[in-house]
Order: sequence, then C-alpha cells, then structure tokens
Amino acid sequence: MTNSIAEIDNAGTLFVIGANTTNAHPVIGQRMRRASQNGAKLIVANPKEIDLVRAADYFIQHRPGSDTVLLMGMCRYIIEEGLHDQEFIADHCENFEDFQESLDAYTPEFVEEITGVPWEQVAIVARTFATNKPSAIFYAMGITQHTHGTDNVMAVANLALITGQIGKPSTGVNPLRGQNNVQGACDMGGLPNVYPGYQNVTIPENKAKFEKIWGGELSAEIGLTHTEIFDAIYDGEITALYLVGENPLLTEANAKHVREALEKLDFFVVQDLFISETAQYADVILPAASFAEKNGTFTNTERRVQRVRAALSPQGESKPDWWITSQIAQKMGEPGFDFSQPSEIMEEIASLTPIYGGISYERIEEVGLQWPCRDADDPGTQYLHKGKFARPNGKGQFVPLEYKKSAEIADDEYPLILTTDRSLYHYHSATMTRRVAGLEELDSNEWLKLSPDDAAQFGIEDGEWVEVYSRRGKIKVRAQVTDICPTGVCSMTFHFHESPTNEITNPALDPVAKIPETKVTAVRVEKI
Amino acid sequence: MTKEYNLTIDGQKIIAQEGTSILDAALENDIFIPHLCHHPDLKPEGACRLCGVEIDGGRMVMSCLSTVGEGIDVKTDSSEIRQARTIAMELLIADHHMDCLACAAANDCALLDISAYLGIQPDRLERLRPSDKGLPIDESNPFFQFDPNKCVVCGICVRTCNEIVGLGALGFINRGFKTVIGTFGNKPFTESICESCGECVVRCPVGALAPKTPKFAAREVQTTCVYCGVGCGIYLGVAGDKIVNVRADRERPTNEGSLCVKGRYGFNFINHPDRLTKPLIKKDGEFVEAEWDEALELIASKFVQSKGDKFAALASAKCTNEENYLIQKFTRAVMETNTVDHCARL
Ligand code: SF4
Ligand code: SF4
Ligand code: SF4
Repeated sequence: MTNSIAEIDNAGTLFVIGANTTNAHPVIGQRMRRASQNGAKLIVANPKEIDLVRAADYFIQHRPGSDTVLLMGMCRYIIEEGLHDQEFIADHCENFEDFQESLDAYTPEFVEEITGVPWEQVAIVARTFATNKPSAIFYAMGITQHTHGTDNVMAVANLALITGQIGKPSTGVNPLRGQNNVQGACDMGGLPNVYPGYQNVTIPENKAKFEKIWGGELSAEIGLTHTEIFDAIYDGEITALYLVGENPLLTEANAKHVREALEKLDFFVVQDLFISETAQYADVILPAASFAEKNGTFTNTERRVQRVRAALSPQGESKPDWWITSQIAQKMGEPGFDFSQPSEIMEEIASLTPIYGGISYERIEEVGLQWPCRDADDPGTQYLHKGKFARPNGKGQFVPLEYKKSAEIADDEYPLILTTDRSLYHYHSATMTRRVAGLEELDSNEWLKLSPDDAAQFGIEDGEWVEVYSRRGKIKVRAQVTDICPTGVCSMTFHFHESPTNEITNPALDPVAKIPETKVTAVRVEKI
Repeated sequence: MTKEYNLTIDGQKIIAQEGTSILDAALENDIFIPHLCHHPDLKPEGACRLCGVEIDGGRMVMSCLSTVGEGIDVKTDSSEIRQARTIAMELLIADHHMDCLACAAANDCALLDISAYLGIQPDRLERLRPSDKGLPIDESNPFFQFDPNKCVVCGICVRTCNEIVGLGALGFINRGFKTVIGTFGNKPFTESICESCGECVVRCPVGALAPKTPKFAAREVQTTCVYCGVGCGIYLGVAGDKIVNVRADRERPTNEGSLCVKGRYGFNFINHPDRLTKPLIKKDGEFVEAEWDEALELIASKFVQSKGDKFAALASAKCTNEENYLIQKFTRAVMETNTVDHCARL
C-alpha cells in the first residue's frame, strides 16, 4: 500500500476494486464499513455482489476482465468534465498528452459494451472519486490475476494521478497483500529479479555490493518465476527444488501440470508444518516450527515491519525455517550462515537493504516501523510519494492503455466464466485453517457459486454435485445457486483439496508480472 | 487545542478535556461509578441507569451521557443515588438467570462486581434470582455461545457489531412483553450474517455471550497474526505447552484492538497431532523418520551437485523476513542462481 490502514478513517471516498475485503482482509473490511458509516463514500467494483456491497454507496458490477476499460472510462469522464487536478498533473506527472489521446478509444458506448455497466454509473462513481476527496483506491488479486494484470494496475495508477490522489494522507494506490508476509517475502528479495529491497540483479553495482558481503560470484541473470520454474522442471532443465512453506498443487493455476512436473524432479526438499498435498512428492520433508514457536518479523500490507515472537518451544523436533536453511548451508561448508538468532539476520538485512536500513529489533518492539526506514533516526514512512515520486525524475508517469481481452472468453463449449475467490474462514491452501475444528465446521467444503439463471439453463439444483470442465480438466464440486453471481459468471475458492479449483484455472500469464489469469477461466458445468 | 475543564468529583479536583463524559473522567481518575451498558470503545447509551451522579448538589444525571463542565461538583454516592441504583440493579438481576457457579464469566462479571459495590448481599441476590427463563441457548457457533437467560440487554453486543465491526448482525427483538437480543429474524448465529469475529463476545459484561471453551492463560506473548496481510497485533495466551486463547493488541495501529475469526480463534493448528515432528526421508516410496543430521547431510550432498540452472527455490509468504532473506541468500550465494520466487502472485 502506498498509504496506511489507519488512514481509511479519514478518507472521503474509498474505491475498492477487485478485492473481497471482508473475506480476505477482514479487519480492513471492518474499518472500511466503519468509515462508510461515518460518512465516507464507499464504491465497490466487483463482478460479484460481495458482502462489502451491503455497506457500499455505489456498486459497479462489471464483467470479469473489464477492469482496465472501467478505469479508463472513469478517467475519460473525469477529464471531459474538467474534474482532473491540472496543477498536480502539470507539476508532478509526465506523459499526460499520450495518455489523454489513448482515452479516445474509451467512448461511453465502448465502455458499456465491454463492462456491461451503464455509462451513468461509471460517471457517478468517477465524479464521486474526483470530487469527494481525499480518495483512496484499494485493490487485490481481482486486478492482478489477469493476462493484462499489469495494465489493470497501470489503469488504477492513472486514475490516482489524474485526480492527484497520491502522496497525501487517505489517498493512494493500495494493493492489499494477501498472505501474512507476502510483502516481506518480496521486500527480502524472494523474487528472481531483485536482491533484498528491490535492488535489481542486473545492475552491476548491486551485484558487486552483494558479492562483497556474501562472498563469491553471483549470477547476473534474472531467474525464473514461479510458473516458469514448473515449466522448466517439466522440461527437465531444473532437477532440484527446495520448497519452503508452500503448497503449489492447490495454489498454482493448472495444478495438473505442477503435479506432472514434480514427478520428474531428481531431488525435492519440502519444509512445512504438515505433509501438504505437494509434500507427498518430496524426497525429504523437514519439520518446520510454526509462527508461535519462533522469533522474527512479518511485514504487513502497509509496509509495517512487526515482531513475531516465540510463545512455545517447537513441537517435537521441528525447527524454525531460518535454522534449517542455515544448517543446510553450513553442511555444504558455506560461510555466512552462522546465525544464532533472527535478530542477527535482521542486522545483515538492514546493512544491505536501504529501505530497511533503520530497522532493528529494539526499534520495533511495540508497534513496528513502516519502510522506507533508512537509518536509525528515520521514523519510517506512513505514506509514499510525498512531494515527489520514487522515480529517477521524481514524476508520476501516465500510461496509455489499450483494451486487451482475457485469454479465454466464454464460448459455446465453455459458456461460463469462472473467477476465484477466498473464504473468510480459510487461508490459502488451508493446511492450517482446516486443522482448526471450528473453522472447518463453519466452512467445510467448496461451493461452485452460480447465478439462478445459469442454474436454470444448465438444469442444476442448489446443493447438488456437479462437474466443472475447463480446457485443462474437470473437478467435482457442490453447486450453490446464489444471486451474488451475475448471469454468465461463477466462482469458487481454492481452499479445498477435495475440489481442487486450480486443476482447471488458466495458467496464461501476464507478460510482465508473470501472474496467471486465475480470475478468468472459461468453464462448462454439468450435472453428474 | 481542546479545552480543559477543572471539576471536582467526590471532593477530588480533576482536569478533563472538553467533551469527555463524567463517567470516563471519573474512571480515568480511578473513581468508580457503577456502569453496565457503557463501554469505552462505544458511543454512550444510558440504558442501564446505574451510572447516575449528582451535579452541584442537586440534579441527578447519567454520567455516561453528561460531559464535563468548568467548575462542576460531582457526587458519585448519596442515599438517593444508592437507592436509584439499587432499584435499577434489582430490575437487571430479576432479568438475569443467575447460576454463577456454572457461569463462565463468574470471575469477570460486571453484574457481580456492581452487586458487591452496592452491597447487595448474596442471599438477597439468591431471592431476586428468577427461575430460568427457559430460553434456548444458541450453540450454533463453534467458538462461542449465546445464553439469552443471562443477558441483561445492555446492548453492548448490538453496538459493537454496529459501531466496531460495521456489520449490524445483532438487534433488539421483542418477544412478548420482553426484549431480548438476537440476529435478524432471531435465527441461530451461524444462519445470520454474523462473521464470527467475537468482538461482541469479548465485550459482553456478563456471561451471556461467552467463549465455548474459556481457558485461563498463564502468560501472554505479544506477536503478529499469521493469517493475512493486515498483520493484526495479537497476544497469544499460553498455558503449559499450548496456546489457549488469543487477544487483540489495542496499541497496534494495524488493528487497534480488532480481530477477525481466523486471528481470534484459528490457533488450534499449532498443537495439532498432524504436525510434523521429525525429518522424513522417502525410501522405496515410503516416508521414513530420520535424524536431523542424516537429512541435512543428504540434502547437502544433493544440492552440491545441483548448483546453477538445475536448482530452484520457492520461498514463502508465510515465513518471516529473516527466513525469506536466508532462502534467497542461499539460492544466490550458495546455489549460484537467481531462480528464487514465492507465491506472491497467487
Ligand atoms: S448478550 Fe451480553 S452484551 Fe449483549 S445485551 Fe446481553 S448482556 Fe449485553
Ligand atoms: S461475532 Fe462479530 S459479526 Fe458476529 S454478532 Fe458478534 S460482533 Fe457481530
Ligand atoms: S486477525 Fe484476521 S484480519 Fe487480522 S491479520 Fe489475522 S486474519 Fe488478517
């Protein structure tokens, strides 16, 4: 998030697109509802009528895959009506003319045709966003999990820029990060193209800096991404995999491909709390300690680095993941992994990662610190881009965008669009939550949610078992007939191994972010 | 700057900010005024009629609804006040099924505390105590239950779900001549829009909304929720070698005292019997328990032969920063490749 969670309280307009906040980020969802009660205008844009809609002032139900068109339509209206922040654009942005030209394509007729939303509705939310300031945009995987996810993110940024709603309190472009430490995993360089703190591996000075501290020569070549890794394993190029605390068999699009790849590995090590579906394929499984049994830090969606503390000693002979990785390195005779506790690792992180430069355990005892926090006197950063943008010339860049279709669209053979979602009661592949009896009781199986119209057309009764087919396979699941889904759109979570949704989702990737298009899969539903 | 007022409560001179209620001003200065429907997180309601005080020697007001003023003189106790409170209290008790011995909240019950303060003797409580109203207990939620027989209709749960959770799953319902609390249509909690967050349960001043398995924590450890990117601050309650409860950290800016169902109740996986407790090595298609040394030696010997393009690591959005740092350092510095990723995109 460019801005902070607490700033939700003072926003004039909250625009939530492609995020099911009350399920996936519940305490932020609570805060948004509270803000809306206290007078903020809440706009929800989602293909489904999610729970947050009950608290919303405006609900835009656009078609899956039409986010860029909706957002560009809003931008067009704002500029046509002269509601854009001309001073901000002139002082802080570049490339406005090219961007403005690209808006010509987004005529009201075109926007209505692609999004399915009447232009008056687009206009009213655009006006609200541009005038009832400060306005903040929140989004999640509904924006990113598309073959044109990068465009969607750019479209969100364009909207924030034309209205000047960035770099100020209660504004911003706020991606809500899903898992507890997905922000931290990125910050720490758990990515194939960057060292910790987003320092690019292809820049020689960065490489030299890390070589100096770590010793030895580092590769200057960008590595493979998650989905590419499984392709490379499948093709026999990668033969050894070290997987820590993940369960790609349930979470990766086109899981069948993942399974076939895993079978080909020469050597596969998994570290986890439980024997996950994926761990079945391992050669060695190492027992990891849970968050309640180790020390460390998580970084939340608002960039706040917070302490994790051991409350128990590890179960049985399980060990913290940091200990395990260090031991493997030491067994290989490698220097640089001789840590006796996580605070020492944080010291090394701070020394190499400018945005974490001022983070130390002493400073984050109680409430944490938000990066960038560059040195011991830096109080951290509540919101980003204050005064100028974090780009070489300090300017925000408008990006002209063309409409791109999703990789799969509904046709005669696969007439419905399946979109994925999350349950309030489960977390990711649910290896933890399904072992909490009460959570399992509250939500114990997958549901294919579909609209009454589609249920009638395909002869499906509420509660019955059905088969869902896509171009990649089929799964069995129970149907729930509900009007939260519009006609033509159905939805499933991906928490349940009995109905593994990602067996059928579309692995087609966004060319830049390499994110698979799990939000748009063409499917067919059949009675069993 | 907010204005400050000087006032006197029971002869004690205090300073309070403009807009503060007399009740809050008193409580902040360790002067007890009995109250049941007041909660510091919620807007005042004045429903229980217990917090009456006298101002300037005459007028009686509800201290939760009246704000402080310059020079006022507040008395929190007098025979009139005491009489009014006792009547209000006896009405409340007459509505509340009192089987304190069997009640989960008995150690932490506002009704018992106030009875003691007012000097209502246990035998009198016993006589006031009505027979069980016989209303069914709602046990539908796996984490907490609602016993309407114990409910004193203070409305704290209703206001919590409205004002804090922003949901409004609860309301007052008229059942014949009596008001009770319930979900829309008086359905079981699990059939309502309730999100099981437990915010109402932690605020119920008696044992009407209560956790199903209340457990006493011997110590607490301040940490961060493991479940989502909000990163709520929590305290893990520990008894022996188990986590027995979770409470929200009120000081953490991320959640300011709120939690959702996963963060508050989703901790039993930690002590689950399925937890892996030993390294496992696959031998002839079966996983066999191994010692750490054997497992680590095996991994080291294989990884040494897999450097460069043959190797990939998947770090974890569930692990700590320190762990992710080490995994990518290991991949880059030891395995000589940048092929490390995690499921940020999924
Ligand atoms: S359930 Fe508890 S909080 Fe709710 S009205 Fe009854 S006594 Fe008050
Ligand atoms: S548990 Fe949470 S959502 Fe349910 S009634 Fe109580 S406060 Fe409302
Ligand atoms: S308590 Fe709920 S909202 Fe808060 S971090 Fe945990 S899962 Fe997320």
